[in-house]
Amino acid sequence: MIAFLAQYPLLAALLALVGLAAVFGALLGFAAVRFKAEGNPIADEINNILPQTQCGQCGYPGCRPYAEAIANGEDINKCPPGGEAGIQALADLLDVEPLPLDSEHGEVAAAPSVAFIREAECIGCTKCIQACPVDAILGAAKQMHTVISSECTGCDLCVEPCPVDCIDMIPPHETLQTWHWNLPDPVSRSVNVIATDAPRDEPPRDRVA
Amino acid sequence: MRKTFTFHGGIHPPENKHQSVRTPIADAGIPPELIIPLSQHIGAPAGVVVEIGQHVLKGQMIAEAQGFVSVPKHAPTSGTIHAIEDRLIAHPSGHLAPCIVIVPDGKDEWIECKGTPHYETVDKVKLIGLIRDAGVAGMGGAGFPSSVKLSVKAGTHIETLIINGTECEPYITADDALMRERAEQIIEGAKILRYIIGPQETLIGVEDNKPEGIAALRAAAQGTGIEVVDFPTKYPSGGEKQLIEILTGKQVPSGGLPSQVGVVCQNIGSTVAIYEAVVHGRPLISRVTTVTGNAVREPQNFQVLLGTPMRYLLEKAGYQPEKNRRMIMGGPMMGFTVPDIDVPIVKTTNCLLAPTEAELPTPPPAQACIRCGMCAEACPASLLPQQLFWFAQGKEFEKLEEHNLFDCIECGACSYACPSNIPLVQYYRASKAEILQQRRDHEKAEASRIRFESRQQRLEQAEAEKEAKRAARKKAAEQRAQSAGTDTGEDPIQAAIARAQAKKAAQQGAGDEQSELEKLEKTVVSAQKRLDTATTKLEQAKAEGSDFVEALQTGVEKTRTKLAAAEQALTAYQQSHNQAAAEQDAPPVDAAKAAIEKAMAKRQAEAAMSPLEKAQSDLAKLQQRLQKTEEKLAQSKANGDEEKVIVALESTVVRLSEKISATQQTLQAAEDA
Repeated sequence: MIAFLAQYPLLAALLALVGLAAVFGALLGFAAVRFKAEGNPIADEINNILPQTQCGQCGYPGCRPYAEAIANGEDINKCPPGGEAGIQALADLLDVEPLPLDSEHGEVAAAPSVAFIREAECIGCTKCIQACPVDAILGAAKQMHTVISSECTGCDLCVEPCPVDCIDMIPPHETLQTWHWNLPDPVSRSVNVIATDAPRDEPPRDRVA
Repeated sequence: MRKTFTFHGGIHPPENKHQSVRTPIADAGIPPELIIPLSQHIGAPAGVVVEIGQHVLKGQMIAEAQGFVSVPKHAPTSGTIHAIEDRLIAHPSGHLAPCIVIVPDGKDEWIECKGTPHYETVDKVKLIGLIRDAGVAGMGGAGFPSSVKLSVKAGTHIETLIINGTECEPYITADDALMRERAEQIIEGAKILRYIIGPQETLIGVEDNKPEGIAALRAAAQGTGIEVVDFPTKYPSGGEKQLIEILTGKQVPSGGLPSQVGVVCQNIGSTVAIYEAVVHGRPLISRVTTVTGNAVREPQNFQVLLGTPMRYLLEKAGYQPEKNRRMIMGGPMMGFTVPDIDVPIVKTTNCLLAPTEAELPTPPPAQACIRCGMCAEACPASLLPQQLFWFAQGKEFEKLEEHNLFDCIECGACSYACPSNIPLVQYYRASKAEILQQRRDHEKAEASRIRFESRQQRLEQAEAEKEAKRAARKKAAEQRAQSAGTDTGEDPIQAAIARAQAKKAAQQGAGDEQSELEKLEKTVVSAQKRLDTATTKLEQAKAEGSDFVEALQTGVEKTRTKLAAAEQALTAYQQSHNQAAAEQDAPPVDAAKAAIEKAMAKRQAEAAMSPLEKAQSDLAKLQQRLQKTEEKLAQSKANGDEEKVIVALESTVVRLSEKISATQQTLQAAEDA
């Protein structure tokens, strides 16, 4: 056998290559089965960036479907709740140019709001419960409904189906726990530095020691 | 002399401490109203346990701790609960917060207090419980519950207990006054802490600008094994991590706790409060507060009840509001401007600073950063304030975290050193808050995602269940149909299904019928053919005189009967089909017409009828209906149907009988006529 191969070096080389190909092919095949990635990892990462309001303003039924669409080449600028920061993060992740927010899908809300049901007016139709994508509305047929405000994402999908228009979107009021310092006003830099620039009616500074 | 270390950076602002230590601690007395905010510490607010109008004694618990990181609140004096409402509190936001308002009765009557002077015989966990029940929270500034700090995780080896008597911030002398006047209490408190924690050494760290305090402490600490260590004055030596580095040379890791390097720290004020709580059983209801600044005539330290409005205290010190443009709680470096001077003193109010404009001028407008690097030299946490400033302006939060923004203790040394007057600390505070907000948002998004996905799953599951039920019902119906088919007995459901199927088949159009018809015709034709061939064969056989004549004869006869049967089936089918077709075709074409015609015919017939006849026919109809309804009623009663059905049927019977009697009357009338 060896003598035969030595006689035909071309055949020997061919055999060696075929053998290597078979071994590596088998190895790769095994790895593909053994280390198979569950789901779509890129869509998962995109989904992590999306704000999970599940509002459907992008035209997809929830954040996950939009994440999958982005992974398949959809534009990244269709998510108003994510805002510019969200688009920037997506652009960084996918290494594409950040686009301005597509105004067709709505504007960035000034402040995140939560749904509030005026309970006296609620007729207990359960339509909002069916509309809520995160099960944040509590109630039963012909019973008053209410919103679990800590779970509400502010997607306002419950406002439309309400037959008596008793749902308001209200910005959550600031409490001691949610208050924080704001960045200093940049205007303070452009204040008149020279004393004579100041308007006459400004009270003179207290010099009493 | 113990070797001390130093930390990076630090500044030396004017101390201004001498003004307020000229007189001993004065008792502020009982104000006309006490306002006790439910949240005076880091952690969950306390829960109210009193009612409006209730009379409380001094030291009685009025709000209980809720959760692990929380402490209770006690009545600072005896009096009546006047209100439980939202009041303005000492907080930079200027927000209202829930408070308990007490109107004192002036008797200052103590509730019964049970002290534990021999604490060495008591379990340590029980002592920590006593400290917690007394409402002791860090009195240095942050207000972290002391009991939480003392509950060191099991297995952590604590080498050093440090009592923090540094008080590095300018103007404040509350701890200095305590050291001068209550050194014994501090040492006793330190001994209690030493018993609870069990460290190898106990140190009291004091800056060398308080020689009287150091001397008093040293005298009191004689023979106790507690060492009083003094070290050069530098702001901010009083920061927990900075003090640990000064005294032990160890650095607390970034984001870590002092216990990780074997150290526990307690403030002087908290130590005294712990002494009071353990030895005398008295809760934390008052504290020493410095009132100072050039806008008060007699700067001094007061022993003041918690909840005392600042205005009351300031007036005791000779406050001159016309000289004061902003009131600061805390010191000039880390304090904040209070929204109003009617806010109450709380556990963390170590100082009220009422400066004049000349003393603490409004910061001039910020100018551009000139990258001088003085902030980095001043930073006690070895951060890069300038870098952090750029990132904060650009809102580059990831970079801020990479540059350890969260190790910033907000001491203000960088802002103090900045020649461009940039309010650096405010940038850091805002950025920290923004990052925390982002973390919270991300957590919420994660929770929303999970909720959304589980909802999706639930909906799918419900759909699948419905589908499965539908399939099961279908299967059951089929099975029943099969079993009914084999059964000879009359099954009403089976009959109904058969009827429905027959109807469906009839409605399905001529297609099936055509094939059926063809099939029947084919059978007839093939039977005919077979009969023909069989007859010819028979004749042949007869002609040949074969043995098979008899057999062939029977075969021909059999075929003939089959043909007859097939022909019969065909005619029967044709008849029924024609009928069906007639039924089917006629109504769609002029069903309406037919109905109209029928109705018109009926109408005409009725019109032709005399009133008598009409009444008679009506009566007959009604009686028929009554009979039917009664039958139904009897049946449903026998079946044990729902009560509703029976009631409805009964009422129908009654109505029909009424109608019958009415019709009978008209009949009578017609007859009479």
